[in-house]
Amino acid sequence: MQYALAHARYQLLELVRTPVAVFGSAFFPAVAMLFFVVPAVGDDAVGATYATAAMVTFAVLSANVFQYGVGVAEDRAQPWDPYLRTLPVGPAPRFAGRVLAGLTLTYLSLLPVVLIAALLTEAHTTAAGFALAAATVALVSVPFTLMGLAIGYALPSKAAIVVAQLVFFPLAVGGGLLTAPGQAPAFIEAIAPFLPTRGAVELMWTAVGDFRPDPLSMVMLGVWIVGLATLAGWAYRRDEGRRFS
Amino acid sequence: MILARAEQATRRYGDVLALDRVDLDVRAGELVGLLGPNGAGKSTLLNLLVGLRRPTGGRVLLFDGDPRDPAYRRWVGVTPQETGLPGSLRVGEVIDFVGAHFPDPVPRAELLDRFGLADLARRQTGGLSGGQRRRLAVALAFVGRPRLVLLDEPTTGLDVEARHALWEAIRAFHADGGTVLLTSHYLEEIEALAQRVVVIGQGRVLADDSVAAIRGVVGLRRVSLTADELPTLPDVVRVERDRERIHLLTGDADQLVRDLVTAGVSFRDLEVRPTSLEEAFLTITAESRPAEAGVPTTA
Repeated sequence: MQYALAHARYQLLELVRTPVAVFGSAFFPAVAMLFFVVPAVGDDAVGATYATAAMVTFAVLSANVFQYGVGVAEDRAQPWDPYLRTLPVGPAPRFAGRVLAGLTLTYLSLLPVVLIAALLTEAHTTAAGFALAAATVALVSVPFTLMGLAIGYALPSKAAIVVAQLVFFPLAVGGGLLTAPGQAPAFIEAIAPFLPTRGAVELMWTAVGDFRPDPLSMVMLGVWIVGLATLAGWAYRRDEGRRFS
Repeated sequence: MILARAEQATRRYGDVLALDRVDLDVRAGELVGLLGPNGAGKSTLLNLLVGLRRPTGGRVLLFDGDPRDPAYRRWVGVTPQETGLPGSLRVGEVIDFVGAHFPDPVPRAELLDRFGLADLARRQTGGLSGGQRRRLAVALAFVGRPRLVLLDEPTTGLDVEARHALWEAIRAFHADGGTVLLTSHYLEEIEALAQRVVVIGQGRVLADDSVAAIRGVVGLRRVSLTADELPTLPDVVRVERDRERIHLLTGDADQLVRDLVTAGVSFRDLEVRPTSLEEAFLTITAESRPAEAGVPTTA
């Protein structure tokens, strides 16, 4: 644990020294809040709350897919990575440190969204709802963390950036993150339950409001988590085999 | 006590045989130089010894255990490639971070001082010069109070002054009882530091001897001249003919020239050059393969 904290501290230091990395993952959701949510549903307490929860999910998706996808791919290309493997500690603390740092960055990137919602909209939830939502963020980070890890371990960094961008936007739109519950165009409503973003945002909606998640979305979210975990595990072992066996 | 050992260690990368049945023992208190041209297998051997790679055949031991088990890496210090240092981190932070992996790290200030980095503690490593980064990289091998350090090309790219300062630090560690295995493709560096030299080429150990003994083989001169016929000359290790040019490899070029003059050989275009390590390795390789010794090389 002490090693994991050292690694998390080190990764966060690196991130803080290039603030644009932190800024990047907070930027899109914050801008989407300002341009779409505030003018459209800012006065509607329920609509604004759901929209804020969707933007939070959007931020979680982008923060995780990019920082793991691109971060892991870049680290793998650096000779510093094999050097760390010569230290008298196995790879687990580095991994744990990465996840700790990743969660920290994810929560940081949510701050602008939450601040805009609190100051400029009628979005409202109870203290318990807020706490539940905060915990749900960690839960819905799981599939997107696994997705980022799979991209980062499977691809070289230049390809990882492109693939992260390619998967990120369709997942956000297709999962209905940019539309209110039940308000998306018909074809999005049809495909959304099959995407992990839908299950994630439904959990967020359930945490902050009076929403009942669709069983199909929940089952599919579970399927995605298992599938992405398998993919990430495969990519990790393949990378280990190439570089460290 | 043997701190690092390779027993018939073999390593393949696909079709390439990087290490071929290498035996090596590094005993406590030794300062061993691993000498060889690029691609000889030096780095592969170090990678096996620190557990980054697994031998394809044979085995490697670090402190009598498998180096792939982190516990056996407790007493070993390794140098990262300086190009890989995390650019946004400060020198002091990198030292603290690496130190956090060891139970009793050398305090930051002491280590900075020992490697002449005290003024740079707050600088980001990305802003350091190549030589400064190199010094930091070598310093990192010593953070965990190792008993054995493995230094891969520790002074490549350093100016003379920095090189000598680093040599001093390595000698001081050795004088305190530390064990060192360092690679280099500079004979000069090995001579300045090591007592024992292991010459490695084409994945094999070609020689494992004292510095003086290796110097006798590696310190050959190449005397080239154009002449029709040569008498038998003493102390000539090898003769190569390239049309009318004759190349003589010898340990004592001065005496050879005197002998040529005394014998009244009519020669012209005399040239005396130190042999490159490459040539010396070829000589050693040729000796280790007697069947091919007569084949002239084109080097």
